[in-house]
Amino acid sequence: MKVALFVPCYIDQFYPQVGVATLQLLEKLGVQAHFPAQQTCCGQPLANSGCEREALPIYKHFVNTFQDYDYIVAPSGSCVYHVRKHFDKLDQTDEVQHVRGAAYDLIDFISTVLKVETLRGAFPHKVGLHLSCHGQRGLHQANESEMTPVRDGQLRRLLASLDGIELTELSRNDECCGFGGTFCVSEAGISARMGQDRVADHVRHGTQVLTGSDMSCLMHLEGIVRRAQLPIRVMHAAEILNGLTA
Amino acid sequence: MNHAIRADKFLLDADRTTWHDETLWFVREKRDRAVYAVPEFQELRELASQIKDHTLSRLDLYLQEFEAAAQANGVHVHWAADAAEHNAIILDLIRQQGATRIVKSKSMLTEECHLNPYLIQHGIEVVDTDLGERIIQFREEAPSHIVLPAIHLKKEDVGDTFHLHLGTEKGESDPQLLTEAARQHLRAKFLAGQVAISGVNFAVAETGGVVVCTNEGNADLGVNLAAVHIACMGIEKLIPRLTDLGVFTRLLARSATGQPVTTYTSHFTKPAAGKEMHIVIVDNGRTQQLGRPDFRASLKCIRCGACMNTCPVYRRSGGHSYDFTVPGPIGAILSPNIDMKKHRSLPFASTLCGSCTDVCPVKIDIHTQLYKWRQVLGEAGEIPASKKWSMKFMGRLLASARVYGLSGQFARQALRLLPHGLTHAASFNAWAVARELPEPPKQSFREWYQQQPKSVPQPQTPQVTV
Repeated sequence: MKVALFVPCYIDQFYPQVGVATLQLLEKLGVQAHFPAQQTCCGQPLANSGCEREALPIYKHFVNTFQDYDYIVAPSGSCVYHVRKHFDKLDQTDEVQHVRGAAYDLIDFISTVLKVETLRGAFPHKVGLHLSCHGQRGLHQANESEMTPVRDGQLRRLLASLDGIELTELSRNDECCGFGGTFCVSEAGISARMGQDRVADHVRHGTQVLTGSDMSCLMHLEGIVRRAQLPIRVMHAAEILNGLTA
Repeated sequence: MNHAIRADKFLLDADRTTWHDETLWFVREKRDRAVYAVPEFQELRELASQIKDHTLSRLDLYLQEFEAAAQANGVHVHWAADAAEHNAIILDLIRQQGATRIVKSKSMLTEECHLNPYLIQHGIEVVDTDLGERIIQFREEAPSHIVLPAIHLKKEDVGDTFHLHLGTEKGESDPQLLTEAARQHLRAKFLAGQVAISGVNFAVAETGGVVVCTNEGNADLGVNLAAVHIACMGIEKLIPRLTDLGVFTRLLARSATGQPVTTYTSHFTKPAAGKEMHIVIVDNGRTQQLGRPDFRASLKCIRCGACMNTCPVYRRSGGHSYDFTVPGPIGAILSPNIDMKKHRSLPFASTLCGSCTDVCPVKIDIHTQLYKWRQVLGEAGEIPASKKWSMKFMGRLLASARVYGLSGQFARQALRLLPHGLTHAASFNAWAVARELPEPPKQSFREWYQQQPKSVPQPQTPQVTV
């Protein structure tokens, strides 16, 4: 099994520790992931802005970089969703189809491919889970509250297996945080308000550590937490799961 | 003016925004409870979706079947290509009756065609008989929601409005008293109504009848008291058979308000003895949307409003921020079809979270269509030039690992060195209006990775332990 690590552009530049944690966590689970040095970005910021055509060279570059791997794992459901869903704009060569099918969100990869459902270790904190829309509704990593109550999900299952952890129950379990890619600047007012409401839901219910499997939502929420100087630590799930001692 | 600017105006009143958000979320929760209680709800959605797909695929045939059946029932059928024709037909019918007093039950189509101002301009009195509609009619506002037209108003606002128009006491905000005042006022209007105009929720091709769903019974009262009934419908309102109706009535009320069924589901098939019934069938851009394969499914909409109640953007920006008859996610995919330039910002008024798609009782892929409209707008030059150029630039930058790596280094360095007040200046960094920027690390991941001993990670077969 040849596994490539895809570290999305904003994680590479701003959250290298999330890339490191992802790499190390995979190693602990017995997967030696390789980081192809040519990688850049999935092109989502352009496509979401209505510039799919301008993103095509990025798509091609992505396919060229990752086509020789069995799996492409990234700590960001949103980028993975983009590769799977929106690379339909490329000619559907064998390579393109392979890359689209081989792209996995880290937690999805751990749960679905490695079939890991529980992890040993303790994390004795009150942890609030941010269900990211692209992971949840796009990649079906948790069921959608529009269809059934959110009872479970891949990350919730993994976290719940840790000793001493207490998971926050929110008023609005799977409401969008308001990041939305370029939406966060083109509709900055609404985006901020959504993020503030999301954080307030966590504060009300006692979250100490806010986590999720999509760093883009967490980047936005962290920005709000720091601006408001709230006593909440924002960590990617890979950082929690990698830091376990057991 | 774009959606973001109008949304910012709504957001200025933070308490009202909270109230608006919570009120609509309450409706969404009611909807959830009603939906979870029906085990076969997802099967119903699928069935409804298929019925609508089927109907749209042979709409011409079903429209003809409907017309023939309606005429056989003694109903007059009129066809309108656009809003102007629709309005002219209705004015003509009213004048033929020599009528001047019209009672109207809720119809988003007549809103879309701006029928009220047109009739008023021609000397006709038009009274909206749905309570929410009547409130906003007094205030000369547009509905801000298709099911809850006055949801942007608090009971105190209604009290002020009724004090001005109905003479209730100043400062009165008791819902019971205000409703009673409206009831008395409307009762007189109903009794005086010469022509009743209604919308259509479902038109049944097989029977030629139309179905109107209301919670207040105002359509029934208006139609039964007036000598003439004019029902206005868009061409997409058709369903093939009467037996299909139950699928939709089960979905409509649950999705809209969490009720098992609307209080009144009224069937109008033929005129009562000595009375007249007219149906105006309107296109107004719908065949154009039918001809856009990516957006055709938007015509499946049954106007339940569930996508608005669930949309985290709509809940915080209010319906007026969309500046279109049908606001919210569904409106944002219908409106560019009508006027791409005017509504070009609406497909961007979404985080593409997908809740609208999952909540939609007829399975319209709303957020996928929002994404596709963005591409259409991008190709048509309807996105800001600055955005287009910066995306072009990013496209070049991100297609090369070397250029990308250098730019990243430079940006992080700049972010570290520049003063906080500059990097977080709200005037040119929208992110920083309410958020801190991430703290730039000294090393990117790729820089860290390069420094690791070379013996580490090469592609190989791993040993997985669970």
